[in-house]
Amino acid sequence: QKVSVEVLDHLEHLALVDFRDSEGVERLQKAIDFADQLHEVNTDGVEPMDSVLEDRCLYLREDDVTEGNCTKELLENAREKVEEYFVAPPGNIPLPKLEERETFLQGS
Amino acid sequence: AALKDGLRSQVAAALKEGRVTPTELCQRCLALIKSTKFLNAYITVAEETALKQAEESEERHKRGQPLGVLDGIPVAVKDNFNTAGIETTCASNMLRGYISPYNATVVQKLLDQGAVLLGKTNLDEFAMGSGSTDGVFGPVRNPWSYSRQYKEKSVPKSHSEDKESNWVITGGSSGGSAAAVSSFTCFAALGSDTGGSTRNPAAHCGVVGLKPTYGLISRHGLIPLVNSMDVPGILTRCVDDAAVVLGSLAGHDPKDSTTIQEHFKPFELPNLTDVSKLSIGIPKEYHAPGLSSEILALWSKAADLFQNAGAKVVEVSLPHTRYSIVCYHVLCTAEVASNMARFDGLEYGHRSDMKESTESMYAATRREGFNDVVRGRILSGNYFLLKQNYEKYFVKAQKVRRLIADDFVKVFRSGVDILLTPTTLSDAVPYMEFIQEDNRTRSAQDDVLTQAANMAGLPAINVPTALSERGLPVGLQFIGRSFQEKQLLTVAKWFEKQVQFPMIQLEVVKRHDNGVFQHQKSASFS
Repeated sequence: QKVSVEVLDHLEHLALVDFRDSEGVERLQKAIDFADQLHEVNTDGVEPMDSVLEDRCLYLREDDVTEGNCTKELLENAREKVEEYFVAPPGNIPLPKLEERETFLQGS
Repeated sequence: AALKDGLRSQVAAALKEGRVTPTELCQRCLALIKSTKFLNAYITVAEETALKQAEESEERHKRGQPLGVLDGIPVAVKDNFNTAGIETTCASNMLRGYISPYNATVVQKLLDQGAVLLGKTNLDEFAMGSGSTDGVFGPVRNPWSYSRQYKEKSVPKSHSEDKESNWVITGGSSGGSAAAVSSFTCFAALGSDTGGSTRNPAAHCGVVGLKPTYGLISRHGLIPLVNSMDVPGILTRCVDDAAVVLGSLAGHDPKDSTTIQEHFKPFELPNLTDVSKLSIGIPKEYHAPGLSSEILALWSKAADLFQNAGAKVVEVSLPHTRYSIVCYHVLCTAEVASNMARFDGLEYGHRSDMKESTESMYAATRREGFNDVVRGRILSGNYFLLKQNYEKYFVKAQKVRRLIADDFVKVFRSGVDILLTPTTLSDAVPYMEFIQEDNRTRSAQDDVLTQAANMAGLPAINVPTALSERGLPVGLQFIGRSFQEKQLLTVAKWFEKQVQFPMIQLEVVKRHDNGVFQHQKSASFS
């Protein structure tokens, strides 16, 4: 089964990454075909494994402030900032629809 | 000659006794880095800070107060570990120009022991790959391409140009670190290992590559790929050195809650002479399709070696081995999709000029910053995480992961102490051949033998074993029980002593410095 354009578009929206060209789409298709081999394995009654350390208790620190006050260092790596704020373009504007944005998928 | 010595036995002693000074050692390594620039092993050489660290080490030695075995020892770190004041790029345009504001815990630990940080090594972009060929700074060349051993076995070509294109890959993704250690520019290097990224290049470059148990060494500051599988890896020229570095890095870190809380006691490796109490398991499924007959023979010979020395050698089965790579593929891309979401251009890294909206800025930034491989994994990962696919792929893979981990548990419970397997399917291939297949295909092929250990979180080590018919290194892998690094390394050391892997005879020819390697620069930030 080939992945539909709707799903591909949906993925580009979710990932905020583009397929770029037919190779990109092919890559995904191959990845799915490869992953389908998993269904050959019988996993009845098997619990999913999140972590190999699942039998242990995760370490939790005391809720004490032990470090911080590094605003200056952290801001240094940001390209656009104003005082102590990171500056972002306006939000609440969804990514343009398939027909309107520059994407390889448009042709499909 | 000091450059070729093992850490503990010789160099540390030499430093202590003043036969060589830390600054001399540092300068020699820096000079060697310059003359082996064509290997492209280093992305950033931190010349000024390294010399400063060396001077400080020299002061301590003069006062008779070295911090430990690692004091004054030149080391290199893979460029996906944060290093304060030094650019950390992950070989990606996304982080070009990113100067870390902090040291990864493992880097801090090395520096606290007085190690001299020479620079950051090259890798596949964001550690995704098995060749160290897909980073923005270009591929790393395997030093063995320039060894007498390889050249003697090469088919002579008529054109001198063809000799240049004959060079072989280092394997990956920690190829830069492996090449750095293999070419004597440092004594130890840090890599990372998610699917074999430390052991694979170690095998191809003829060095020791240790993947510690998940949870033993802190990942704080290691730019994450797969949080449930990543570990910092250790690359050295001999097993004893790996034990020394492990000793300085392992242990609980409050900044990484996935490190276990038990106290870690550094150990010295005993000189094992009696292996009669040892049970070595040979998992039959590791006789994987595509395994070269050469490596198969070597593996067999190694098994015989143990048997003849009195150890119990048994064939065992890890039935789900062949699904390991598929399982990894799903879990890896899923975690990658999540981990790469942090790169949006706002707080650090590359930022696009696009200003229309937040989302379009993020999309443009990521479009500009990530290469095909990274984008491909993010998209695949997101696919497997879609609501309609979540149970079918992601949860399914998590279930298969348990089966794989259980396979190991069963085998170790049956009395086997250590597993012996090949590390790679073949010796290093020429770059021109390697790039014929895409990254995903290659990774799926090359990670087959190393990857299951990451699934199960087990410690594993590559020990250089012999040279192939082409004059290139071949290594074998030992996999141990969780947190039993001492036993694993003891056996590895015994094996290393038996096989007497030859030293590389590097022929560093004066090369015409072509423009390709101009990116290597000195980092000097105060």
